[in-house]
Amino acid sequence: MIDRIEELERQATAAIDEATTTVALEQVRVQFLGRKAELPNLLRSVSDLPPQERGAVGKRANEARKALEAAIGERVAGLEATELDARLIADRIDVTLPGDPPQPVGRLHVLTQTRREIEDVFLGLGFSVLEGPEVETVHYNFDALNHAPTHPARGRTDTFYTGDGDVLRTHTSPMQIRAMEQYPPPLYVIIPGRVYRRDSDATHTPQFHQVEGLAVDKDITLADLKGTLLDFSRAIFGAEREVRLRPHFFPFTEPSVEIDVSCFNCKRNGEPCQVCKGTGWLEILGAGMVDPNVFAYVAEHGYDPEEIQGFAFGMGIERIAALKYGIPDIRTLYTNDVRVLEQFG
Amino acid sequence: MRLPVSWLYEYVEPEMDPRDLASRLAMTGTEVDRVQMHGVDAIEHFVIGKVLTCEQHPNADRLRVCTVDVGEAESAHIVCGAPNVAAGQTVAVARPGAIMPDGTKLKQAKLRGEPSEGMILAEDELSIGQDHAGIMVFDDGLPAGRLLAELFPLQTAVLELEITPNRPDCLAVYGVAREVHAATGSPLKPAPWSGIDLGEATGIDGVSITVQDPDLCPRFTAVAYENVTIKPSPRWLKQRLSAAGQRPINNVVDITNYVMLLTGQPLHAFDLDRVAGGALTVRSAVEGEEVQTLDGQIRRMPGEGGIIEDAEGPTSIAGIMGGSRSEIADDTTRVLMEAASWNAPRIQSTSLKLALRSEASSRFEKGLSPEAAIEAQAVVVALMEELAGATRVPGLIDVGGPGPAPLVIGVREARVRSLLGVEVPRTKQAEVLRALGFGVADTGHGLDVTVPHWRRLDVTREADVIEEIARLAALEVLPATLPGGRPGAKLTWPQIVRRRAEDVLVGRGVQEIAGWSFAAPGLLDKLRLPEDSPLRRVVVLENPMSEDDAILRPTLMGGLLDTARRNLARGVEHVAVFDSGTVYRAWPDSVPPQERPSPADEHHGLGVLLVGSPQPPTWRSPKPPPADFFAAKALVGAVLDTLRVPWDVRPANDWPFLHPGRSAEVVDGTGARLGFVGELHPLIAREWDLEGGATFAIDLGKVTALAAEVPVYRDVTTFPPVRQDLSLLTGEHSAAEVLAVVRAAGGKLLRDVRVFDRFERDAVVSLALHLEFAAGDRTLTDDEVNAVRDKILAKLAASGVTPRG
Repeated sequence: MIDRIEELERQATAAIDEATTTVALEQVRVQFLGRKAELPNLLRSVSDLPPQERGAVGKRANEARKALEAAIGERVAGLEATELDARLIADRIDVTLPGDPPQPVGRLHVLTQTRREIEDVFLGLGFSVLEGPEVETVHYNFDALNHAPTHPARGRTDTFYTGDGDVLRTHTSPMQIRAMEQYPPPLYVIIPGRVYRRDSDATHTPQFHQVEGLAVDKDITLADLKGTLLDFSRAIFGAEREVRLRPHFFPFTEPSVEIDVSCFNCKRNGEPCQVCKGTGWLEILGAGMVDPNVFAYVAEHGYDPEEIQGFAFGMGIERIAALKYGIPDIRTLYTNDVRVLEQFG
Repeated sequence: MRLPVSWLYEYVEPEMDPRDLASRLAMTGTEVDRVQMHGVDAIEHFVIGKVLTCEQHPNADRLRVCTVDVGEAESAHIVCGAPNVAAGQTVAVARPGAIMPDGTKLKQAKLRGEPSEGMILAEDELSIGQDHAGIMVFDDGLPAGRLLAELFPLQTAVLELEITPNRPDCLAVYGVAREVHAATGSPLKPAPWSGIDLGEATGIDGVSITVQDPDLCPRFTAVAYENVTIKPSPRWLKQRLSAAGQRPINNVVDITNYVMLLTGQPLHAFDLDRVAGGALTVRSAVEGEEVQTLDGQIRRMPGEGGIIEDAEGPTSIAGIMGGSRSEIADDTTRVLMEAASWNAPRIQSTSLKLALRSEASSRFEKGLSPEAAIEAQAVVVALMEELAGATRVPGLIDVGGPGPAPLVIGVREARVRSLLGVEVPRTKQAEVLRALGFGVADTGHGLDVTVPHWRRLDVTREADVIEEIARLAALEVLPATLPGGRPGAKLTWPQIVRRRAEDVLVGRGVQEIAGWSFAAPGLLDKLRLPEDSPLRRVVVLENPMSEDDAILRPTLMGGLLDTARRNLARGVEHVAVFDSGTVYRAWPDSVPPQERPSPADEHHGLGVLLVGSPQPPTWRSPKPPPADFFAAKALVGAVLDTLRVPWDVRPANDWPFLHPGRSAEVVDGTGARLGFVGELHPLIAREWDLEGGATFAIDLGKVTALAAEVPVYRDVTTFPPVRQDLSLLTGEHSAAEVLAVVRAAGGKLLRDVRVFDRFERDAVVSLALHLEFAAGDRTLTDDEVNAVRDKILAKLAASGVTPRG
């Protein structure tokens, strides 16, 4: 009896080894371990054996069954893995087709992107961001900024007036006054926003954007203005940049300067630089120390020109973007041709 | 201001080339737009010639063929077209190789078959005048071959200066010379008027001047000349005027222009014999009175303007332009030279209202000192004698006299340091101020600075003097420091919300645009807005760039629609754009002026327009559906959900530019309106050449107020939720109505409910809802959930909504 069991085990093991598919293996399993197969029947009929044989035969038959089950299980796993590999290799797609569903790409307008960059630089320098109205009173736009009553900028050829005698602000500077009325010193703010002048050519549009800066504290100096704008210029135009201050005139700063940043384009190739026209410097903004007359307008809000001093600056976002991205005509930025816009942002 | 460098060098001659000088000036506050060459170049090719023969050109009536001795062994053949050329003349010749003012190089040429080795010159060909009537004819004593440049200047560099409005003293050669002196340290020659004494203001026989309005005319000076001969000016003077951009006219007029360019003080020359009664009166204009100016135009005066009149009426508009009646003529023999100072704001305002600007008005409107008038008169005297053979009539008229005593400003050394952030030695401060003409006295702790008359209006305070010190002694050595007291800073919540809202749209494939704030008044009709629409309460511009830009946009829609049309016309297949910007309305009368925070009602809008499919066609879906109401609703939902703003839509029909059956208002959790969402009205789409489109716009200001700045933590793991689905037959009810019933009945234990399926068969609508039940303090039992569910079903049943199948 034991011999027969071992014979069956040998036959089954050989059959398992020979099976090359999971289907064939299943047939082997049914043949040797199925309900009608000989080995399970042997096990079931152990009780019919004489008592002295039962133990040995039962044990051997059980061992054989377990061994065969294990061998089948192992063989199944191997065959399944092989078959899966074959199936997956056959299940091939063209991975070079476009992704789907498509994920359209949107972008910020280059002016918004540039504005955010400028805001982020000044946030890092400790300047908060304020905004203000675009339709503005003559008081805030001109009078309180020390513009003489006959200043040409007040003229209707330069400035948009509303039917009510207000103006479209010609600069973000009126918010200097509004900010000082609202917040006592120390004050460190920038004011980005849309402004308007009656001008239209390749470097001017009747609406454009400025960022005003204002720092008022006990001991702000012109050197602080230089350092602040040096940091700004390096952040926006590259770590190698230098700035220089050129004297200028603005009604609401004294001393007044224009700030040039060293050209970022000159060394790109050997040709004469088209960006700076060979001067090595790019004018980026106007600035200066806040004029005592401006403080006089807000003296009651804690701005005594003998106690505090400050600097102010104003830059054009279009100009910064045009310089940085080589945009030859800023009017392009307002035609909203998506083929242009999607190049930036 | 065009500054001929050769003229400047007469007063200060820095040892640097004009470009370096321009840079130095720019760094000290005098901006130089350009450095140009005026005149001719290769000047060795310009010589004196003697016309030996002059014969008719065989092939051209108007040309002559000349042989000209140019000082060389062989005479030159030159074809000449001037009517006055003749044998025996001494003329100026440009030889081949000469470079003419326009940059062309003269070559040997053939003119109608005749060879020509050069050119016999007229004045305009040397850029020293406009005269092209004939060639220049010189004194016969000049030898052939003599270099022309030895006779008068043929070329000069010209600096085109941009003078800031506070510095009218630099609209003058000598004024710039003073700046150059201060900026370079090169010595400054004495002023051209120094040492000249015009004598006492005793008056002039036969001339009377009355100033009725001293506010208009603080000083009026006059000097008279007789035996005047009117003729062209000498070439050196013409060359200077031409280089400075002034057209030479005749000697007396040229003198007034020359002295103005030199001193900055405009002058006017009257033909004294044509001044009726020998009397001039300066008075304010009568509003609307008419004056004829030199150019023959009739001008209608504003009330603040000034008139100079004689016994027969107005002769000049004060400070702006003379009249024709008493102007210098060829037969003038007696001249009254006027130099006056005028009220700057009144000149500016008059000039603006008359739309009439002149060299004189552009100086007077910036404010000239009364002292400058006498300085200019002093320079004129010698020139009148030298160039016009004139004799000065004894006496001087001076009404008003010099200006107020000079201001002395105390400048504290500590203040200089604290404002600039750099130490400037007091001796250095004194040095640059003296170079600019300021008087300086050391006070021990600073300087007492006396302001010269030509800076009287510009320098009135300590800060103004510190600016002078800064530009000449501090800017170049200024360190770069950062303010020590900078506080920390971050964006405000509204700024963060705006960025996030924009980023949501960008992340979903929507392109930002920058629309115009301006709009055409006709936009309101094109958007089909009714007469009583609040969007018609627009801000109107008094002086727009054009009628199409005459109002400020009350909505972002116009710009979005224009952008869609333009891009589609350029071949873009679908448009998904947004604008994030200000919209403007006039305040309604219900908001009283004192409660208006700004002159116009401005708020920040966020608007989207989708035209065509939001997604391009692909290999799997070759015809994606065009964006519809739900595409726009999904986008506005993405924005508001990102910001954690509770929102909903309600059917509404308040926007006549939207499809009435496919538009809704976007509301917050309380039902307050945030904006709209919908498909374009077909008439709007047609107006903008679109095939349709979907849009939304919301007021970001309102959204900001609702967005949760600091979310509160909610436990999501301890007590897991129970999820169930419901399928319902909804009858006539909208999805929102069904959800409202479900929410109300579900109470606190119903944490969320969403529509996840809808279908319609035989006009019967089924909705499938996904429900999520949870409590914050326990895991719900089946019994608890079933009780809520039963309650929901009961309420739905009461509204006629029943479970499906």
